[in-house]
Amino acid sequence: MNEFLTHYAFLIVPIIKIVILVFLVLTVDAYLTWLERKVIAHIQTRWGPYRVGPHGLLQPLADGVKFIFKEDPMPAGVDKIAYFLAPFLTLMLALTSLAVIPFGPQRFTVWGYETHVGIADVNISLLVLFAITALAVYGVALAGWASNNKYSLLGGLRSSAQMISYELALTLSVVGVVLVAGDFSLRGIIEHQENGNLGLLGWNLFGFSKNGGGFTQIIGFICFFTAAIAETNRVPFDLPEAESELVAGFHTEYASMKFAMFFIAEYTSMITVSCLCTILFFGGWLSPFPLSWTFTQFLPSVLLIPFGLWIIYDGIRYETIFGRVLLPGIGTALLALGGALLAYPAINGYIQGPFWFLAKVFVFLFVYIWMRGTLPRFRYDQLMTFGWKFLLPVSIANVVLTSVAILIWGKH
Amino acid sequence: MVPTNYYLILSAILFGLGIVAFVFKRNIITLFMAIELMLNAVNLAFVAFSQSLGKPDGEVFVLFVIVVAAAEAAVGLGIIILTARNRHSLNVERVNLLKL
Amino acid sequence: MTAPLIIFFVLAAVAVFGAVSLILQKHPIHSALSLIVVMVALAGLYLLMGAEFVAAVQIIVYGGAIMVLFVFVIMLLNAGEEERTNLSRLATYAGIPLALALAGFIAAAIARSGGYLPAPAPNGALTSTKTLSMLLFTEFVYPFELTSFLILVAILGAIVLAQREN
Repeated sequence: MNEFLTHYAFLIVPIIKIVILVFLVLTVDAYLTWLERKVIAHIQTRWGPYRVGPHGLLQPLADGVKFIFKEDPMPAGVDKIAYFLAPFLTLMLALTSLAVIPFGPQRFTVWGYETHVGIADVNISLLVLFAITALAVYGVALAGWASNNKYSLLGGLRSSAQMISYELALTLSVVGVVLVAGDFSLRGIIEHQENGNLGLLGWNLFGFSKNGGGFTQIIGFICFFTAAIAETNRVPFDLPEAESELVAGFHTEYASMKFAMFFIAEYTSMITVSCLCTILFFGGWLSPFPLSWTFTQFLPSVLLIPFGLWIIYDGIRYETIFGRVLLPGIGTALLALGGALLAYPAINGYIQGPFWFLAKVFVFLFVYIWMRGTLPRFRYDQLMTFGWKFLLPVSIANVVLTSVAILIWGKH
Repeated sequence: MVPTNYYLILSAILFGLGIVAFVFKRNIITLFMAIELMLNAVNLAFVAFSQSLGKPDGEVFVLFVIVVAAAEAAVGLGIIILTARNRHSLNVERVNLLKL
Repeated sequence: MTAPLIIFFVLAAVAVFGAVSLILQKHPIHSALSLIVVMVALAGLYLLMGAEFVAAVQIIVYGGAIMVLFVFVIMLLNAGEEERTNLSRLATYAGIPLALALAGFIAAAIARSGGYLPAPAPNGALTSTKTLSMLLFTEFVYPFELTSFLILVAILGAIVLAQREN
């Protein structure tokens, strides 16, 4: 058995990693919908989901059950191949794009196979990611076309035009970062932002990375984030689904699990974009504090313990008995985790990278939801004008300015 | 290792299929796609030669071909849209008058 | 059979399947999908040869931009199934054999002239993005600038075509 494991470790280890990642991502997706409903509800002074489980915590489970058991009707006159292909393609590409993202700095050896936190470590991972997102448009366009519905078709048309337009700005806004780092690998880009004791100043956002020469990439970041929101079809760029104009746009004719696939894919690509923002501009797994401040290592446990205490406090006063059991349970688990991190410095050191990475990703996911609660949708012509006449020139200007800055101050 | 010949033979097959598609299809958009298929076949040959000779020149040419294909697609599809608007058909057989 | 050879045959089969499907499909959008399959398979072959940048560009530009444009136009014009008008008998009976013969001749010529060309080594260093860009901006800088001019002309052409007469 052991021999078998060491011999085929190159196959088994990635498969285990993939299974874990997919499971985690699907769970996070489910709770992202919960978070989104909660946050938007609070923005609009409502309560949001509250019935299923304490604070609506089991709502995603109920949604999942509903998705599985709903009838899956197929409208007349659909193009069968494309109609079935579209949701699978969308979900597959969304999940695949997570494969190249590194979540932490560590490398470790399992069964004699050296591996790392993340599925694949490719030296052109940024290009791979763009290639995958470039294909993602087909899912939406095909769904819109195959549904044999004029609203869907309009949604598909809008989405393909929007994605082509914003992909240019998306790609060009990253060129600045690639120029500074001199590397297409996401791992390389993060490592490049680790500049001694500068802490968060070393991030590409502030520009004091190893040879950034202090030229901030903030223009690039703004362009990137805007274009990425457009690529993921989220508010304020959600014209392909635009429920007030197009019913539900490209997925009007989808129900049950096929609709769930589009849904999961949308949230997964939100996660991917947040990860990319974190990696490219916010230093990935790097701590925002200077290296010499070793006490910041205890931040995760210091955050976990009060949070756990608060959940216990909130839980014991909850209305339902189930809540009075579940919430203190979660709180105790968090307390135990925080305590374990304090007690075992080895584990604490290990989770530093993933902790900062996930914390930053969470901030971006929150911004996504916040925007949905705040901004109105663009009109179609405004969308095109904004993309071509503002975003594209600005990102090209950023490329030119960055090259000049590297020429003057860079250390290539 | 895969011999270079295999790549070249595949390239030739794809090019031949591109020609077949170009001759047999009647839809103007599909004709355009057949041209893209032929360009792709040529690209494959370029990359195979480049790798086998150990020189990256061939890959630079592939980049040029892709740029030309993109420019061609932009203009060509513009022309196709205009033709389809004016003649209400995408069939190349119907595009047989110089002036409407 | 070594692993690269197996991968080659799988990808080659996918590419040929896509190309045949491009011919056989009646609806232009199915043809477009077949062509996308061919392009992705070719990108896989480029990766197999170690030409990573070209593979990425193949998918980003061909798959993500040019073919999206095709799909967009097909959807915009609401193209229906292809009309098969005015098919000449000669083309049907002589065309396919002749085209296949052409492909066969080329393939045979390649097969016979083989042996001179060494097998491509998946040597990432040879065609790293850095090498390619160095070459692009030194030796090939003149054609490179010309392509930018070409793109400019194409943009102008597209705008002129899109403009309505008023």
